[in-house]
Amino acid sequence: MTDPTTRRGFFVAAIYGIGAAISAALGLPALAYLLLPPKTRKDDEWVEAGDVTKLAVNSPVELTFRRTRTDGWKVTSEKSTAWAVKQPDGSIVAFGPQCTHLGCAYHWEEGKTDFLCPCHNSVFSIDGKVVSGPAPRPLDRYQTKIDGSKLLLGRLLTSSEIQG
Amino acid sequence: MKRTIADVADWLDHRTGIQTAIRQFLYEEIPASSGWHQIFGSVAVFLFLTQAFTGALLAFNYAPTPGDAYNSLRYILTELTCGRLIRGLHHWGASMMIVVVVLHMVQVFLYGAYKKPREATWMVGVVLLLLTLAYGLTGYLLPWDNRAYWGTVVTTKIAGQAPLLGPYAQRLMGADGGLVGVVTFARFYGLHVLLLPPATLLLIAIHIYLVRKHGVAPQPGDEARPKQQFYPRQVFKDTLAIFAAFAILFTLAVVARVPLEQLADPTDTAYTPRPEWYFLFLFQFLKLFPGALEVIGSVVLPGLAVLAIILVPFLDRTRMIQVTKRTFAGAFVLLAAVAWTGLTAAAVKSTPKQDRALAIDYSAPTDWMQLTPEEMAGVAYFREENCLSCHQVGDHGNKVGPDLTQTSIHKDAAWMIAHFKRPAAMRPGSSMPPIQLADAQLNSLAAFLLKLTPANASALENAPDYAAQGALVYTANKCSGCHTVNGAGTDFGPPLNGLVKRHPRDWIEAHFADPQKLVPTSLMPAYKLPPRDLNNLTSYLLALPE
Repeated sequence: MTDPTTRRGFFVAAIYGIGAAISAALGLPALAYLLLPPKTRKDDEWVEAGDVTKLAVNSPVELTFRRTRTDGWKVTSEKSTAWAVKQPDGSIVAFGPQCTHLGCAYHWEEGKTDFLCPCHNSVFSIDGKVVSGPAPRPLDRYQTKIDGSKLLLGRLLTSSEIQG
Repeated sequence: MKRTIADVADWLDHRTGIQTAIRQFLYEEIPASSGWHQIFGSVAVFLFLTQAFTGALLAFNYAPTPGDAYNSLRYILTELTCGRLIRGLHHWGASMMIVVVVLHMVQVFLYGAYKKPREATWMVGVVLLLLTLAYGLTGYLLPWDNRAYWGTVVTTKIAGQAPLLGPYAQRLMGADGGLVGVVTFARFYGLHVLLLPPATLLLIAIHIYLVRKHGVAPQPGDEARPKQQFYPRQVFKDTLAIFAAFAILFTLAVVARVPLEQLADPTDTAYTPRPEWYFLFLFQFLKLFPGALEVIGSVVLPGLAVLAIILVPFLDRTRMIQVTKRTFAGAFVLLAAVAWTGLTAAAVKSTPKQDRALAIDYSAPTDWMQLTPEEMAGVAYFREENCLSCHQVGDHGNKVGPDLTQTSIHKDAAWMIAHFKRPAAMRPGSSMPPIQLADAQLNSLAAFLLKLTPANASALENAPDYAAQGALVYTANKCSGCHTVNGAGTDFGPPLNGLVKRHPRDWIEAHFADPQKLVPTSLMPAYKLPPRDLNNLTSYLLALPE
């Protein structure tokens, strides 16, 4: 028989050790399960948003289109919009429809030639830059591609993502 | 540092008494005879807590309505890291809980630990066993696959047989007239996650309180021996047992795949439902009572048995004796074990091999089901030519050649076929050996490779061999000259998708041998296929989606 105090120490160490091992074996997979993103199943698809020939240079138009969104276990088709501005060189800039401050829908002020958000009065210029108001960054932009006369939109990127 | 911790602990103890309470709990005196035979209660509590934990994790990604339930479970299994592990832990944990709770009860029964003054402890324990079974019964429906649906149809029909109370029991289960649907699902889910867990917690608390109140049951002779403390020796034994149970559970969750069948299909008339293994004995028992007597086997006798178990402390009022001398109790347990094993074995033996279901694993991606036969044949050539020994596809294969899921390397079929024949001619410097296949076969391979993307790569690995081999037979016999599969082919003959719903396997195999015998107006020629080909082709056709 070993010394009772060491034996007691062994019991206690084993209890804590096993407790820690089981907690880790359950806790680590739980963290991975909750924190790691789902395996990507679909590449971002390009969606057709409208006809570029109908756009006039420097005259923003709100285009409405449908895009599919993978939302957890559901793939939904939802209505989406973009503010498209035709550039003098014929290329298209398409802004995401939400103000970069708190996500309200902004609109084009015909008379003032600015984008105005009615929630907290953020104002953006025609190239998406913040003119005034609380908006922290320029308007987000969709990736764009032109196929013949069709405008195709890809992912929505923030200005820092575009530069980076 | 040590001082600060002690100070904080002291402060906390003054305000809450927590340390004193824990000390009282741990340093409780237990009889000298206590030991390994008393570990089961702790293991059961541990398993319950594990079930609660993994259950909550599953609930974070689970939509509790039919249809969505199935899709969200597939999402957990196929798209979330460790999702399969967590479902495995929950599934096997349920089975282990039943085993451990029953072992706990058998131990208490054998030792006669239910005797005065511990009758209430025993009765609460029996209710906890019933709750454990109720988890099994309600949880069985939640994946909402065929197994879940049809199993629950039988459950609710049995509940409906209860004398007088039958219709009410069914209504309570949300299955009026035995019809299982959205209401049943909501009731079962509500029971499983809202009602049963707090009820279990409460009863475990009462159960443990009663154990503490009366002390751990002593054996004759314990009076003369010095008592021991619960901590740390007995806690160590309990912990070691918990560790063993956890090791088994974790291994099962990693190694043994939990099945997921196809989405529940109430119109599937050929499905043979079977209950979970721990209910199989009841299922078999029922067969002993034909016709009008059925209610005796399904409700009356099981009900009386439960009542008898609850009343055990009052049926046996003899004095406590050594466990080794309790021959009657031992014989009773032995008899029950033999009866249970016999009934379960008979039930397993009578379960038909579900060859119709072909063991399609719906817990993994099933994109392969959408391939045309030509593409599917390409999968077979891909495997035969062992392309993975040089190429990477998804997470598998070697990196000698390029990753075949990259769209940048996908040219048109003509280019790919030329490349297969003389790799270096199309891509100078390529060390790939030419593929020795006929043009039609190379065409299949190209068709398959053009379909390959990072998203479906893992799914294509899951294509069962019978499907790939069946598609080879299909393309070799030019079946697409008359039939369509997944939209490819000619609709001269009937489309082959959904065949599983129209004909059984025997019929299909007989039809290949002599179509006109079964369908006199059929224009299909007879196909005398070797047995292996016939088997693969039929399996492949039966696996096609609707």
